Amino acid sequence: MTTPGAIAHDIAVTVNGTERRARVIPRMLLADALRDEWGLTGTHLGCEHGACGACTVLVDGEPTRACLMFAVQADGCRVETVEGLADGDGRLHPLQEAFRTRHALQCGFCTPGILMTLVAYLKLHPAPSEAEVREALSGNLCRCTGYQHIVQAALDVAAGGRPLTLPSPQRGEGIGGSA
Amino acid sequence: MKFVGDRHLRKEDPRLLTGRGRYVGDIVLPGMLHVALLRSPHAHAHIVRVDTARARAHPGVVDVVTFADLGSAARALPIVPPHAELRGHNFLPLAGDRARFVGEPVAAIVAENRYAAEDARELLEVEYEPLPSAQTLEPGTPAVHADIPDNLAGRVTLARGDVEAALRVAPRVASLELRIGRGGGQPMETRGLVADWNTALEQLTVWASSQVPHQIRQFVGELLDLAPHQIRVIAPDVGGGFGAKLIVYPEDVLIPFIARRLARPVRWLEDRLEHMLAATQEREQRHEVTIGFDDAGRLLALRDHFVHDTGAYTPRGLVVPLLSASMVTGPYRIPAVESSFESRYTHRVPVTPYRGAGQPQAVFVIERVLDLVARETGRDRAEVRLANLVRAEDMPWDTGLPNYRGSGHVILDSGDPPSVVRRALESARYDALIAEAAAARARGRLVGVGVAAYVELTGVGPFEGARVRVDPAGRITAFSGVSTQGQGLETTLAQVAADELGVTPADVTVVTGDTAGVEHGIGSFASRAAVVGGSAVALAARDVSAKARLLAGRALGCAEADLEQAGAAFADRRRPERRVTFADLARLAGAATAALGVEPGLESTRFFQPTDITYSFGAQVALVELDPLSACVRILGFWIGHDSGRLINPLVVEGQLQGAVALGIGSALLEEIRYDETGQLLAGTYMDYLLPTATDMPSMVIDHLETLSPLNPLGIKGVGESGALPVPAVLASAIEDAVGPRGGRVTRMPLGPARLLDLLPPPLPPPVPPLFPRSPAPA
Amino acid sequence: MRPAPFDYVAPRTVEETLEILARHGDEAKLLAGGQSLVPMMNMRLVRPAVLVDLNRVAALGTFREDAGGLRLGALVRQHALERDGRVARAAPLLAEAAPLIGHLQTRARGTVGGSLVHADPAAELPACMIALDAVFHLRSARTARTCRAHDFFRGLLTTALEPDEVLAEIELPGPAGPRTGHGFAEVARRHGDFALVGAGAVLALDAGGVCRAARLVIFGAGDRPHLARAGAALIGERPLPARLAEVARAGAGEIDARDDLHATAAYRRHVAAGLAARALGQAAARAEAA
Repeated sequence: MTTPGAIAHDIAVTVNGTERRARVIPRMLLADALRDEWGLTGTHLGCEHGACGACTVLVDGEPTRACLMFAVQADGCRVETVEGLADGDGRLHPLQEAFRTRHALQCGFCTPGILMTLVAYLKLHPAPSEAEVREALSGNLCRCTGYQHIVQAALDVAAGGRPLTLPSPQRGEGIGGSA
Repeated sequence: MKFVGDRHLRKEDPRLLTGRGRYVGDIVLPGMLHVALLRSPHAHAHIVRVDTARARAHPGVVDVVTFADLGSAARALPIVPPHAELRGHNFLPLAGDRARFVGEPVAAIVAENRYAAEDARELLEVEYEPLPSAQTLEPGTPAVHADIPDNLAGRVTLARGDVEAALRVAPRVASLELRIGRGGGQPMETRGLVADWNTALEQLTVWASSQVPHQIRQFVGELLDLAPHQIRVIAPDVGGGFGAKLIVYPEDVLIPFIARRLARPVRWLEDRLEHMLAATQEREQRHEVTIGFDDAGRLLALRDHFVHDTGAYTPRGLVVPLLSASMVTGPYRIPAVESSFESRYTHRVPVTPYRGAGQPQAVFVIERVLDLVARETGRDRAEVRLANLVRAEDMPWDTGLPNYRGSGHVILDSGDPPSVVRRALESARYDALIAEAAAARARGRLVGVGVAAYVELTGVGPFEGARVRVDPAGRITAFSGVSTQGQGLETTLAQVAADELGVTPADVTVVTGDTAGVEHGIGSFASRAAVVGGSAVALAARDVSAKARLLAGRALGCAEADLEQAGAAFADRRRPERRVTFADLARLAGAATAALGVEPGLESTRFFQPTDITYSFGAQVALVELDPLSACVRILGFWIGHDSGRLINPLVVEGQLQGAVALGIGSALLEEIRYDETGQLLAGTYMDYLLPTATDMPSMVIDHLETLSPLNPLGIKGVGESGALPVPAVLASAIEDAVGPRGGRVTRMPLGPARLLDLLPPPLPPPVPPLFPRSPAPA
Repeated sequence: MRPAPFDYVAPRTVEETLEILARHGDEAKLLAGGQSLVPMMNMRLVRPAVLVDLNRVAALGTFREDAGGLRLGALVRQHALERDGRVARAAPLLAEAAPLIGHLQTRARGTVGGSLVHADPAAELPACMIALDAVFHLRSARTARTCRAHDFFRGLLTTALEPDEVLAEIELPGPAGPRTGHGFAEVARRHGDFALVGAGAVLALDAGGVCRAARLVIFGAGDRPHLARAGAALIGERPLPARLAEVARAGAGEIDARDDLHATAAYRRHVAAGLAARALGQAAARAEAA
């Protein structure tokens, strides 16, 4: 009888358009897999109990707390992290640019989670009011900014009018299976 | 000035926005091990026995470290700063035979990964003998330290004039009892360290999510018996500090100790539950204040006595209560003052400064007093404040109370408090707002306006250093002893250096928080980094600019007066084709001969030692509404008037004010650390310790005034904590206004739902029906 | 914080799931959205030996209309309740309450069934299901049975679900008649927090404006959502404001209110009455306008 959790699982996850593989123990969090297996340290762990939102990534397009999902559950899924927002030439995503212009970040620790939440939200709600943006952000804690500049940056982008999509996956790199 | 004053976009943003920040948790070294800490589950206990055998045997475990393994490091950390009245104690890197608060570290498990370390932690067998613990501020509680049976860490009285005599003759006298609860800084990134002992070099490198890398180096050197040149401490990208990363903690010494013991890199990342337990907290005080005043609302005499909860240890001595006591007169002229406190030990996490550092309590006290005076004299609250404020013509104003460092009095150096307050009032359209709120109340809504003013202590010494250097490749680097946790120093210090050097901020690389950059440093807290660190950068950059001009004159064979600078190059104005770059000059300086007449290197290291503290001012106006059923508070409007001297970067300053206001709102309405009677933390997760979210925050309007400080070369004052200071006071003022004269008085913070409900006015009795019903009016 | 070790299995069918549960009993825990379970696992408060991931069981994610009502698979994500037009038509109370459940991220992954089985006393969904007179379909390897929502919630975080059972489907009857209205009101300390106290109500009126069905549920005040007995008193009466206020007060009075870090029992009792009156008032207004 093996000890619980000793059996590892092979997973294949499409991360920012690139298929990534790993062999993970069941209890490895998706956040840890992104950070430690695949070196994508932009996704941060602020609380490890699903309250602060710093670990928010997109899983099959939906904003997801990566501390509340096990890596093994992401097998076959499409995951998007902050590292995938800027395009291949390093041009910032409109939200990133708006955050810079509006000083919507200070220490930067909560920022990736907020960016990913807003990317998903603005895709579904391209023209929100200030109150709606604040509600959309209610699951992301920031201790530095007081949120005002973040809300302003989101409204700047919403006013830009073009529907927001993430940059398309890099050509030529294997695109794994989708959910 | 070209760049100082500019809303310059931040240089650190591109990497932070793209997920390429480098926080302690992102640092991976080959062969790195992971530490998990076992913490005391008891508020007070004898630690009888720690049995590590089963834990050591667990797969993946490399070592288990207890007090018995510390050797000569088994000593208390130093206390900074000392004080004559302090009966201080500080923690050790691991608890020895006694644990004094829930969360005190008892043992360290070192393993191949964090998962295994946490599994092995469950196999540690610790025998505790739980003891009664001190959980209140009443006298007679169980002694936290055997040599201090009365649990008194210090008792201080500060005075100006004869307050008893003044109260006796004051036309009116009133008293208040005020209570403020505990809270914590709660940065989004918890604490953490990576430590690496290089056996060949006999050098320790420590990356610490800390506000004080130089102090960590000092304490590590003392406890591990290493010379300063053997230790390098680096604060990489730090995800917020707010005071939670201000002191040198046991872990800051323990983790380097383990790295050296094992000669392998080790990393410890605090998790949020640990942070809730073991990161220091602040604010808890109980005040009894008496005010003497006249019918015109002028303050004549103030007596405040408070009891301060200092927790189980005093890493920062008496700093917090000294700040509360010395700043209690705020920006007001009060002829007779007595401000005194007792700082008491409890079996709880130690109390050290968090954003505001004792000043929010002082502001709460004096602002509640002013509202009381306004009410008693039937005057408008803003008018009463304006009548008592220190005026521009009074500056420098000696409040008569010693400052918290004991280096002199609290002397308000410069500023125009009435103008700052008026700015906030005008911004809020205060008179119209008061009328609108009254009209809303007449229609049955619980709407109120609050006002509060404050003075903030900033730019404290003893010093800060900067080394500005042009290397032979022409790169300009400014090393600073301050560290950054989000306040944008990588950009603001570059703005300062760029102006002095005649280049752009993009040309200057700022390196903060690295002990290898500047030999002596203090750190980032007390709203000092830009003031003291920025001044040091200015001085060093000025030196470099002067040396560059001198060398350029020599190199071009012309007088300095004939030099024309264009960016990082000088030309002879009479023969402009003759040009020399910073790189050329650095190379020239690198081979300096006696004949050249200067010392080698195009660089300078300068320290700025402020002669005194410099004070910022501000005022806030808040519009609130309470729900008549649930008493929940909505903040409908928030206006800030602010003067922190010259602003290096107004965009950064606005961010600091907004963030500090958010933290203030948290401490007023949402955040409270509570313990049960045995010292167990009740608010142990983010389900219970509630931080403000975007829906809790109003949009804030900020109006700046800039009166330059005379105390540093740039005329700047600090602002990092300003926004937090008056928030509980301004919300108390607004909530009292909203509930009206039949409602309750706000005498405590924070205000949760049940306390707010108690403030609501009792329902009006139903109208008594007329005895003789009127006949209907004629059609 | 990292969870204690566990084995992981991801069945594809309900039958497979039930067989695993039968085999492992108490040692197995079902994983739906994970928004309540995984924090507890990270804090090591819950330590299953076997984690059974329901997210690949397609049959649990179905969502269909049925005779004017809805049949939701337990794994339907919470955000479907606010996005899907069928919910707005057939169970508007759910559509109104859904945006108050946690946050965007919670609702993207959290499931209807997961919230019901977790049975937090301050959660919105259990209360709404009782107000809507939902029926839960429970399955095990041994048996398949139903349980009405108001019988399902037994106490603090405790339901009628047996250790080897899965909540498979939630059956929502359609509105009781053409003149049906709902109301919902809650008080929370911050947007998205669990309610300090809340109320949901559904009223159905006959052609003459007299109540022929009334359900008032108060949640967050006690250890589980409470179907107010006082609600039944409205049947046969007109929903006049004074009467609704009386019923609300009586309903709140039936609850053994609890103290916690965020609010006292007295606070909850006081606010419950007011919120119940608001919810009833909204329901009456909507029913009259229908």
